[in-house]
Amino acid sequence: MDFNESPEEAAFRTAAKAWLAANAPQHELPEGVMLDDTEEVMLGRAWQRAVYDGGYAGITLPTALGGRGGTGIEALIFAEEEARYNLPKGPYIGIGLGMALPVIGKHGTPEQIAAYADRTLKGELTWCQLFSEPSAGSDLANLRTKAVRAGDDWIVNGQKVWSSWAHRSDMGILVVRTDPSVPKHKGLTFFVVDMTSPGIDIRPIRQISGASDFNETFFSDVRIPDANRIGAVGEGWACCMTVLMGERLNQGGERGGIENLIAYAEATPRGAGTALDSGSVRMALAQALAEEQAGKSFQARLRTMVSRGENPGALAAMVKLAFARRYQQTSGLALELRGMDALAPPAGDARTREIQHDYIWSTVIRIAGGADEVLKNQIAERVLGMPGEVRMDKNVPFEQLK
Amino acid sequence: MNFDLSDEQKMLAEQARGLLAERVPFDRLRKLIDANAEWDEPLWRELGEMGFLGANIPEEFGGLGLSELDLAMISQELGRVNAAVPFASSLVLAADAIRLAGSDVQKAEWLPRLATGEVVGCFAYAEGPGDLLGRGVRQEGAKLNGTKTPVADAGVATLAVVQAGEALALVRLDQPGVARTRLDSFDQLRPHYRLDFADADAELLPRGGQIETLFDRAVVQAAFEAVGAAEACLTMARDYAMERQMFGRPLAGYQAIKHKLADVAVAVEMARSNAFYAGWAAGDASGELPGAAAAARLTAITAFEMAARENLQVHGGIGYTFEANCHFYYRRERTLAIALGNREHWAERLIAHTPGSQTKAA
Repeated sequence: MDFNESPEEAAFRTAAKAWLAANAPQHELPEGVMLDDTEEVMLGRAWQRAVYDGGYAGITLPTALGGRGGTGIEALIFAEEEARYNLPKGPYIGIGLGMALPVIGKHGTPEQIAAYADRTLKGELTWCQLFSEPSAGSDLANLRTKAVRAGDDWIVNGQKVWSSWAHRSDMGILVVRTDPSVPKHKGLTFFVVDMTSPGIDIRPIRQISGASDFNETFFSDVRIPDANRIGAVGEGWACCMTVLMGERLNQGGERGGIENLIAYAEATPRGAGTALDSGSVRMALAQALAEEQAGKSFQARLRTMVSRGENPGALAAMVKLAFARRYQQTSGLALELRGMDALAPPAGDARTREIQHDYIWSTVIRIAGGADEVLKNQIAERVLGMPGEVRMDKNVPFEQLK
Repeated sequence: MNFDLSDEQKMLAEQARGLLAERVPFDRLRKLIDANAEWDEPLWRELGEMGFLGANIPEEFGGLGLSELDLAMISQELGRVNAAVPFASSLVLAADAIRLAGSDVQKAEWLPRLATGEVVGCFAYAEGPGDLLGRGVRQEGAKLNGTKTPVADAGVATLAVVQAGEALALVRLDQPGVARTRLDSFDQLRPHYRLDFADADAELLPRGGQIETLFDRAVVQAAFEAVGAAEACLTMARDYAMERQMFGRPLAGYQAIKHKLADVAVAVEMARSNAFYAGWAAGDASGELPGAAAAARLTAITAFEMAARENLQVHGGIGYTFEANCHFYYRRERTLAIALGNREHWAERLIAHTPGSQTKAA
């Protein structure tokens, strides 16, 4: 067991560090200034262009796609070094690189690769994901948005939801039903869609946080050329799996560090001392801290697997499952130990507002990218080898399902 | 970075696992309990012959001089089968105490015999209900007086390392000044004793200030023991649920059971991850040890507690029978959760060793 990088990895880090030091500072977002979405995306495109010019765009993407053809560990190292700067990096860039290009690369034609890969890597095309629907979340294959063939086009009607940044995206990756007469996983087809197409109506969703990062996207007789179809008709589910694989491996960043909450407890008066003098507060925070440290060491184990070229598979789900629950529990606890003031902190108390936001946002983390319950099924089935769920929808044509 | 066991460590674990799977079937544990046995002596002798007992003893004193993580492989496998041997008492505690705090003469006298298993050691700290470390037992000159209770494995031990205030004393148990009384022990495979010292001959381990380090190091081994045992419980529960039919399908197909065991699996992997880090810190980064050991302790106990309880629960009524195998772990879990300090103790130590915290509570 050692924590040293291999000579190749260390050399990669040194080079990435030097390149970032020379290039990242001029792209950093100004401290404490709220940018509007349009501005942020513009700055994001410019940073991605710089990353492309530096040779670090799409590190794990094959060179045939214009990527670097590097290893997963190199991508992690670059992401770690990049995270030292406050750079404009959002889903508008991440979805293109982490979802659109892998699926186009694996299932698309040479013409499609030529049309999208280079422009996405350069930050010229931004992407959103059009998968979930009001009745298709964890059960994604239950989706109802349909596409009907009309000459060289497809006509799409329906509604997508939770499409982050759709209002500022050039393109979308879209999965729709093209054949309701076959079982639900088999009747799906995958497209890329120009978000300026007539008939697309994007409406922001007012979220419980007060923000509107997510949208509902309505399709009313939207024409998509058949040339935009990725993979064969009916191959949509396989394309989705390619995308979701990428989503799982991209989850790394963690908010809400327990050490910060310990400091917060210590900055909260209680009696003659602080909230951290309470044995029950210390007990709860220590348990959370121990689990947080375990999460870090567990990620180090997974990372070791990745650097050996092994796929951690459903083990990766454990990291997210454990983090999401702890994030909600500990941000809730922090508000509690603060006392009444947590309910309405004074104007200058940015820390308490952040913890309030963590508590609200933790609900998203428990649901998005695999809800707790879905992940537990995956762990039980793929890690422990327990049976799959009893299903009512297997081998039943979609149109006959309730 | 390579955050994984070495191939040698994996081989050592496999070797120990193979031997123990053969020597410690559950029926063996039942026989030991029925016989009210002190320990599994033949297993102890065999572990000695194979060199396992010398794992953490330096080569110059007749041991193998292996690392903390190597030793942890043995602890983990002993935990997996619930072995009734005083490995933790004799080697993880008594021998390590002598190695940390003893004089060269003391080391030369005791470590080679502990390494072969010829001498068994134990470690005495508690003095009845309450604090982790007793306050009553004192050494004055070369004499020790007072009572330590309960003390694990003191029946088969001939040597005790006794905490006396801030100091550690070496006491032979086969002397007139020591009375040993066997107690009815909750863990039927780990007998505990009351030790009464009346002007017992004792010699000080001269190097002071080692008690916290000794506990930190021991709790890392206990974390591995708990991880091995928790994993055994998880496997047992999974296997039983796969086999048991209920309402026309395997019990393992029900989400209530799947999600319960998925939670246990996450807890076990988290505990293993902290144990790896703490094992590494015990050998290579002593500055990290207190925090890493405390974190490993908390997650190991969480995992074993969940695994031992839910294993019995998944078994249903049969789990409450002596013939089923859940109870060995259900009892051992409390032993591991309480010996060397409860959750509260280690929570305090972790908070006290958190970077940035001003509190120095433990």
